Amino acid sequence: MKTFLSLALFFSLFAATTSCTKKTNDNEILLGSYSSNTGATGSFGVLQKQGIEMAVEEINAKGGINGKKINLINYDNKSENDETLAVVNRLVSQDNVLAIIGETTSGKSKIGAQIAQSNKVVMLTPSATNPDVTKVGNYIFRACFIDPFQGSVMAKFTTENLKFKKAAILRDVKSDYSVGLSDVFAAEFKKMGGDIVIDVSYQEGDIDFKSQLTSIKAKKPDVIFVPGYYNEVALLAKQLKELGMTQILLGGDGWSSPKLYEIGKEAMNGHYFSNHYTTESKEPKTVEFIKNYKAKHNEDPDVMAALGYDAVFLMAEAIKNTKILTRETIREELSKIKGFEGVTGKMSMDENRNAIKSAVVVKTVGADYKLITTISP
Amino acid sequence: MQEFLQHTLNGLSTGSIYALVALGYTMVYGILQMINFAHSEIYMIGAFAVYYCAKLFGLNTPSVLNFIIGLMSAILVCGLTGVLVERFAYKPLRKTDKLNVLITAIGVSILFQFGGQIIFGADPKSFPELIQNFEIFKFLEIPVNLVDLLIYGVTFVALIILSYLVNHTQRGRAMRAVSTKPEAAKLMGINNDSIISFTFILGSVLAGIGAFLVATKYPKIDPMMGTRIGMSAFVAAVFGGIGNLQGAVLGGYLLGLGEYYLIGYGASTYREALSFSILILILLVKPNGLLGKNLKEKI
Repeated sequence: MKTFLSLALFFSLFAATTSCTKKTNDNEILLGSYSSNTGATGSFGVLQKQGIEMAVEEINAKGGINGKKINLINYDNKSENDETLAVVNRLVSQDNVLAIIGETTSGKSKIGAQIAQSNKVVMLTPSATNPDVTKVGNYIFRACFIDPFQGSVMAKFTTENLKFKKAAILRDVKSDYSVGLSDVFAAEFKKMGGDIVIDVSYQEGDIDFKSQLTSIKAKKPDVIFVPGYYNEVALLAKQLKELGMTQILLGGDGWSSPKLYEIGKEAMNGHYFSNHYTTESKEPKTVEFIKNYKAKHNEDPDVMAALGYDAVFLMAEAIKNTKILTRETIREELSKIKGFEGVTGKMSMDENRNAIKSAVVVKTVGADYKLITTISP
Repeated sequence: MQEFLQHTLNGLSTGSIYALVALGYTMVYGILQMINFAHSEIYMIGAFAVYYCAKLFGLNTPSVLNFIIGLMSAILVCGLTGVLVERFAYKPLRKTDKLNVLITAIGVSILFQFGGQIIFGADPKSFPELIQNFEIFKFLEIPVNLVDLLIYGVTFVALIILSYLVNHTQRGRAMRAVSTKPEAAKLMGINNDSIISFTFILGSVLAGIGAFLVATKYPKIDPMMGTRIGMSAFVAAVFGGIGNLQGAVLGGYLLGLGEYYLIGYGASTYREALSFSILILILLVKPNGLLGKNLKEKI
């Protein structure tokens, strides 16, 4: 075993040294991206990839950045942790990319971030909202707001707009994202005078939530905060209805997927979640993006596509501002971005490399999301 | 009290499914002394069979007829897959060491899981609604839905039919004979191969029924959906005494109830830990399971 390990180590070192010397084309910008194109959060990854690809095509059609075309490499991590390790390593040391865009979820982004940081490559995540992701190091950025903000938006919305005082929390204990959102929601909601009557949990991949819902039912809350992902939330909404419960479900951007309605059907009607943008936006840039996306994919762009699109343009902006193009200069320029106009709103990088921008709260009406309110930081 | 009752109803419904799937493990073990690890994948294939059948015939409206067509397609495809797996993966190895067959079973399981990811795609699919679920009556303020009743009912009927087949038919008698003494059974003019195939069909059909019921209740299916339920059902079979039909059913219901009480009153995080704790405990305290007979191994 020991000899096998040392052999394996030797070969991997060998591979790493040879691949580093790989010559890249000077007239193109090698941009890496990794996403969950299949697996548990596959719907996120596919949509995000569509947004990323569309942005790259648009930039290249206009002649690229400072005359250089973007060459995008995308790998699927199958929504798995060890696969994420493998593909990010491949992007960094084998393909030798200048910068990385990814991942959709916080858990996988955190894993990718470790590798990007230790190799000093910029990683910009379009949609990972857990605060810990950018805490990994100074090479990790995000194009979205963070969970504390999302959690406080929902707490504020519950007390001020819905005027409810009793909430239950049902969290996915396996997900950094869900735990982070739940903690902040609980703290903020209590601060605003609300009461968390029960805090129970489930695990990603569960299909039955009736036990937890039964426990919740006994405590009679007004709302249930379920900051999980669409697969579980959709099944949960169905069971909520089956148990004869009428509580409103509240959640975060993890709900945002066409599958939410496909699986949950009418049980999914009338619930609320916080999101990054809405297709009802009147901003000319957003309107044009929606029009182009619709022409290409025949459906409204999901928030994941919009964030992926914004992330590429944000990265392009940073690359455009560099005098000499290296991994290090991209990092410097990206951290200086202020007032960037994206399709998901105006954003600025703060000192912790998180985008500061506003959130929207939407209501699920059939397969559509109806804009209820916009909450600024 | 009301809460306890609700947990009990939920546990019974999941327990029914465990029982159906556990029977497949236990029957194959009874007759071949092997654990058919591919059983959980046959379960998964059952759900996909209905998904594709519904697509093919355009079944997307809930009706009794569509429900029956769905159930039949799960039964047919699962029975067929079970028999093919036995014929091509296990039969050629029957004369070799038991360990070889066991490893092959794990191989077949992995083949189906990842083959499924390639063919069906790894992303979860939304299962068609073949029957309209609605509240039938309230039992002490607890709503009882049609799908739950169907799960209890279909499981009950399947168990009755199975028990009749095994205990009161010529074929069932042959099954029991092959399971007790395969060599002697052969001498009595029983075609062991056809009985073994029949056992695989029965087990797979039960898995197919289970998969159809689960997918109707939780309309989200993916190629890895069998692993978790397969593990629980396997534990249920060992818990009740592997090789023993009543044991598998008892084990299934006890495990189902246990899981729900644990999630309801304890920590949901330990759901899987419960199955494995039971497995370890039963192996330590009563290695033959609750209803298993203590047989002397002949060497």
